[in-house]
Amino acid sequence: MSESLFVSSSTALTLMWQRLKQNPLSFAALCVIVLIATAAIFAPLVAPYAPDATDATAALESPSWRHPLGTDEYGRDQLSRIIFAARVDLVVAFAATLIAVTIGGLLGAILGYSRGWADMVAMRAVDALMAFPAFVLAMGITAGLGNSTTNVAIAISITQIPAYLRLTRGEMLRLREMEYADAARTVGNPTWRIVLIHLLPNCLPPLIVQATLATGFALLTMASLSFIGLGIQPPQSEWGVMAAEGASQIVTGEWWLFLFPGLAIMISVLAFNLVGDGLRDLLDPRMRGVR
Amino acid sequence: MVRAVDSVSFDVAPGETLGLVGESGCGKSTVARCLVRLLDPTGGSIRYAGKEIATLDPHALKPFRRDIQMVFQDPTASLNPRLSVRSMVEEALMLHTKYAPKERRARVEELMHEVGLGRDLLDRYPHELSGGQRQRVNIARAIATNPRFVVLDEPTSALDVSLRSRAILLLENLREHHGLSYLFISHDLATVKYLASRVAVMYLGSIVELSDTRDLFAKPLHPYTRALLAAVPVPDPDAKRDDFALAGEIPSPIDVAPGCRLRGRCPLAKPVCAERPPLKEVAPGRFVACHLASELDA
Repeated sequence: MSESLFVSSSTALTLMWQRLKQNPLSFAALCVIVLIATAAIFAPLVAPYAPDATDATAALESPSWRHPLGTDEYGRDQLSRIIFAARVDLVVAFAATLIAVTIGGLLGAILGYSRGWADMVAMRAVDALMAFPAFVLAMGITAGLGNSTTNVAIAISITQIPAYLRLTRGEMLRLREMEYADAARTVGNPTWRIVLIHLLPNCLPPLIVQATLATGFALLTMASLSFIGLGIQPPQSEWGVMAAEGASQIVTGEWWLFLFPGLAIMISVLAFNLVGDGLRDLLDPRMRGVR
Repeated sequence: MVRAVDSVSFDVAPGETLGLVGESGCGKSTVARCLVRLLDPTGGSIRYAGKEIATLDPHALKPFRRDIQMVFQDPTASLNPRLSVRSMVEEALMLHTKYAPKERRARVEELMHEVGLGRDLLDRYPHELSGGQRQRVNIARAIATNPRFVVLDEPTSALDVSLRSRAILLLENLREHHGLSYLFISHDLATVKYLASRVAVMYLGSIVELSDTRDLFAKPLHPYTRALLAAVPVPDPDAKRDDFALAGEIPSPIDVAPGCRLRGRCPLAKPVCAERPPLKEVAPGRFVACHLASELDA
């Protein structure tokens, strides 16, 4: 059962991959993401120093061959910290996206398929949630739950669930009327199989696009939360935390402490957005053939 | 309220093909969808082997799903683009039989052979198949559980003319081989004439004539049937043709006038037609809903 689900979604992924390769900008962005992820996974091997190794003799050094991105006031190597920070940044961004896509996708599929009063109530709740500024909501949740790494991921995923829910529900409203849905009913499929095996895989392409774009946004949200002190806590290396620490030193001239974490955030978010945009263009039938 | 289908009554004997013809929008597909319970009829009854199935809940309906299947009109739209041929054909077996995976695979291959498709197509996806192959997959899926009764909702209308006759032959073979009963819905009178032993003609949601195929084509009794047959092009330019035609267009089912539904368009209409004609047996096995049927016969 799950086998057929996997086979089917893997063909969708193969198709996406083939099309993505034809779009140089998105493909380059994908390479950037892969590069950052690889560096994060192999951080102990890639990073020249340990992220928390202090060196009093090299405090606040500007970029040099020894410290390509300079050092902070404790003499910690910025490049190593940025590489290690990618671990927590990417893990939280991916985890938040995964949680949101799973919950939002499943709920949206069930609501869109069943319609009825539960759908009405849920969609009004989604409207309310979406009308509320996502960042303020995430702030409120981390403030309430306490700002552990897990809670930051949960907070970000909660702000993103509505988008997936609405997207899947809309797709489901359309798909449930398809003739192949009727065929599945006629064969005698129970409702759960129609929703999970027959219709949900057909919602995947737009969900993947949304998830890619939202991963970039999740990363940005987390960095922002950390920047204002409600996300990841120092001394852990995290791009938002590092940018916050560096911001206080701009006036004294240590520009590299703010610039490089900021650039790391910008490049990653941009990469996710470009991949997402590329996928969206490829999947939008109106854009097909317009190259 | 719109009544898409009203006063439709027919039976299908085991091993028989009943043709259901009528123009687009007359309610043929609605009848089909009610039979397989994709739509819940608001009234009336559907009996299968003596058991009432029109009001069964989904759970109680499950055993009947095995016996009553349907081949849909659009072979492309009725196949799930994300499922392989194998998973679609195998699914019915998974849901309704206790076969071991190995037996299931064997049965799937047997089914593919029966509908004339190669084993190599099993791991393909619908977009990799031709229109004719897709419809064969649909047929394989429908007959997977050895159903007794299959609703064929215009199974050939989306196919190229060159593929039609082969699909028809396949369906006819399967019927003979498995003793299936068909409800064959179509607006292609030539195929109906070939496949069906009896034909029901629908107009605006009701059956106007129900008769043995040979009798119906030889001598249509209802004015609507007569106009329908007269509209079929004949390849012989010298052939004597019945130039019987109806006036105007098919009216909207939203405001159907009382009385005979064809009254406004029928060149033979008489004052008596203001009263709704019942479907009555004018000869053994021959039912017509027309006050003037006996006069037409003359």
